[in-house]
Amino acid sequence: MFSYIGRRASHSILSVIGLLTLVFFLTRLTGDPSALYLPLDATAEARAAFASLNGLDQPVHWQFAEYLKDLLQLDFGQSLRQNRSAMEVALQAFPETLKLALVAITLSTALAILVGSLAAARAGSLFDRIAGVASLAGASAPDFWVAIVGILVFAVGLELLPTSGTGTWAHWIMPIFVLTLRPFGLLVQVVRGAMLSALASPYIKTARAKGVRRTKIIFGHALRNSLLPIVTVAGDLATSLVNGAVVVETIFGWPGIGKLMIDAIIQRDFAVVQSTILVTATAIFILNIAVDLLYAFLDPRIRY
Amino acid sequence: MKNVGNPILKVEGLTVDFLSNDEPVRAVDNVSFHVNRGETLVILGESGSGKSVSTSTVMDLIDCPPGDIVAGSCLFDGTELSRLDADARRNINGRRIAMIFQDPLAYLNPVYTVGRQIEEVYESHGEAGGREARARAMELLQRVGIPEPETRIDYYPHQFSGGQRQRIMIAMAIALKPDILIADEPTTALDVSVQAQILDLLRDLQRETGMALILITHDLEVAASMADRIIVMSAGKVVETGPAREVFSNPKHAYTCRLISASPDGDPAEASNKRATKIGSETLLKVEHLTKEYALSSGAFAPKRRFKAVDDVSFEVRRGETLGIVGESGSGKSSIARMLLRLSDPSSGKALFSGEDVFEMGGKTLMAFRRKVQMVFQDPFGSMNPRMTVRSIISEPWAIHRDILPRHQWKERVAELLELVGLKPDHADRYPHQFSGGQRQRIAIARALASEPELIVCDEAVSALDVSIQAQVIDLLADLRTRLGLSYIFITHDLPIVRQFADRILVMKQGKVVEEGDTATLFRAPRHEYTRGLLQAVPKPKWLMSENEPPAEGADVFWSDRPRSGSFSG
Repeated sequence: MFSYIGRRASHSILSVIGLLTLVFFLTRLTGDPSALYLPLDATAEARAAFASLNGLDQPVHWQFAEYLKDLLQLDFGQSLRQNRSAMEVALQAFPETLKLALVAITLSTALAILVGSLAAARAGSLFDRIAGVASLAGASAPDFWVAIVGILVFAVGLELLPTSGTGTWAHWIMPIFVLTLRPFGLLVQVVRGAMLSALASPYIKTARAKGVRRTKIIFGHALRNSLLPIVTVAGDLATSLVNGAVVVETIFGWPGIGKLMIDAIIQRDFAVVQSTILVTATAIFILNIAVDLLYAFLDPRIRY
Repeated sequence: MKNVGNPILKVEGLTVDFLSNDEPVRAVDNVSFHVNRGETLVILGESGSGKSVSTSTVMDLIDCPPGDIVAGSCLFDGTELSRLDADARRNINGRRIAMIFQDPLAYLNPVYTVGRQIEEVYESHGEAGGREARARAMELLQRVGIPEPETRIDYYPHQFSGGQRQRIMIAMAIALKPDILIADEPTTALDVSVQAQILDLLRDLQRETGMALILITHDLEVAASMADRIIVMSAGKVVETGPAREVFSNPKHAYTCRLISASPDGDPAEASNKRATKIGSETLLKVEHLTKEYALSSGAFAPKRRFKAVDDVSFEVRRGETLGIVGESGSGKSSIARMLLRLSDPSSGKALFSGEDVFEMGGKTLMAFRRKVQMVFQDPFGSMNPRMTVRSIISEPWAIHRDILPRHQWKERVAELLELVGLKPDHADRYPHQFSGGQRQRIAIARALASEPELIVCDEAVSALDVSIQAQVIDLLADLRTRLGLSYIFITHDLPIVRQFADRILVMKQGKVVEEGDTATLFRAPRHEYTRGLLQAVPKPKWLMSENEPPAEGADVFWSDRPRSGSFSG
């Protein structure tokens, strides 16, 4: 198992290096930071000094070599905007995203398993049909639209919830709701499908012939065998949340890594962009490994 | 026979429909039967005869819809089962009526240890839990013959062999000493020697517990070896019923007669054999020292272990001859077939086809060889492209080997081939799923014949078919051999079939040939112990066996401390 993790890690390092290279050159295409950071009437000398201070006067490939050299020494560069270590900035924002992602994915998975299992167990019933329509609506509603409508209704109209920011528990409600909705909708469909095929499996017949109680058949036998596809999709959805829910964080002014990424791109704060990418890529790698290990834990036939 | 008493189960006038596209299709039509304590009732019938549906109804395993129990009653120990509420009904399952199924791998939950699955029976009925349940599960595993139950109890189903899995299913079923055990094709997926062991185990357990056994099977030998009474089902109806010996020696209904005469069971006089009449002296295929090795890697730095699937096998097939290759699963017989067709490469050895080494061939020679050697596979459902019509399936060889037949003659030739294998020319425009298993196997044979082969390799080609269909397909193969001068390599695990059809037999075990000889001699005087074991494993009729075999040692002790569980409380 450890050799498996090692193998996966070495593959991932290769792809992270590729990713960072791509990001490095793409950010340089967004323009010159000195145009943003210096006053409009700054002199040519001041601009040259700024460029030379931040290494921007060197040719791009030279800058890249410097960047790689610094990376090896775990120096991720300085934030132009905040004038402190770019990695520190990224690591400060990341927990905010993680909190949001964790709550959203846990909530949506738990709810989806409950609703999807019951829908499959009563396939064709009124509950099944309502769950089908609701989950489809949840899966297809664009999150920015739900977020804006939510702000209009609950914050601006009814004045029950804050429009944005952090601080109280009330600040959590709308971001969580918006981030839970789509994963919930998708997962209900996955759970229902996996449960339907599990409930039609021969071993369910055996359980019935043994006289096992119905709730145990549904949640003990069928659900346990349906977990693999559920984990696959939930892991995928969790990845996109950990990546920073850029739109939702921006709309609700949530100081997470998604918002930081967007801000850093707009502000041409190159080192911060690169650091946020590195942080999220590492998080996604860890998440994928966790999902793979979870497979082996859930299904004794899978061994690495 | 023994323990004649009141019926423990009495099914009367059972009629079950299944809704298919909202049209009710009658699966079981006015079926009545009963079984007494300690008795074995065999329900005999081919696939689709409704034999499983009737017992599934007793077990409340039919989902409604699509199932619809139209009429009938199931009286179990004086109680009408259909009138019980769900919980009382559930409480009978596993406690008083238990069931085992055909394919134990699919019917065991793959993600739980076998121990946990057995313990669940005790827990579900409030009989025992925790340590006690585990201890009793371990005893059960011991009783059904699982070696080292202390460690194996924590294994998962996929870590056992097919026979052991069926033993585990049986352990689960007898955990609460039920009054009735329903066994639905319990040995169909197993090798013949394993089948014999499982049937023995069922007989022993029946003697020990006095339970009634309802055995569902399509296999006449299994039926004869187990049954006190038999009911024969066909197309959802009971067509014949009576004591086993009577039904077998004096079948009354036309269907039963047909079934029994179609059985390939070896007639000692060998009057009805379908062996070749004229075998040429010319050697068509000569296989020398064929070996196939697999490397089993157990880790990056561990030494490679080698596993020989086929180990130094040599044989010959003459023109017009049928060579039977017999062996149980894992004996390497299918590996030989795959290598001879160049579907996988051998580790070493030669195969001379008309004097040329098959394994050296390439390019045009290989194409020509592929044309002359064809294969018929076991699974007629999986070996045909479901999106191709029968016409395109049969004419595909002509599209590959351009010189066989000009395109304008294809249509005519497909019609001829279909007629040759006993189908109608207008079947050509249908798709495989519109045919039955036997018909599909005929299509597979037509496809094999299309390239005008000299040798056809049949890998378990009739094993998936019902017994009367088996006989028809064998007849067809024998007829084609005579008419077209074909040679066959006929691979099977089923001895009675090769007995009728093969001229010479190769018995294989663990990759090696253990015995070779002409069919009559081999069956009359098998030299190798393994061959004798295989022959003896074919079930013998119950009425020919001695009546008073002593129960297995320790059996009484095993059951004596078990309280007679299950008052009818629910």
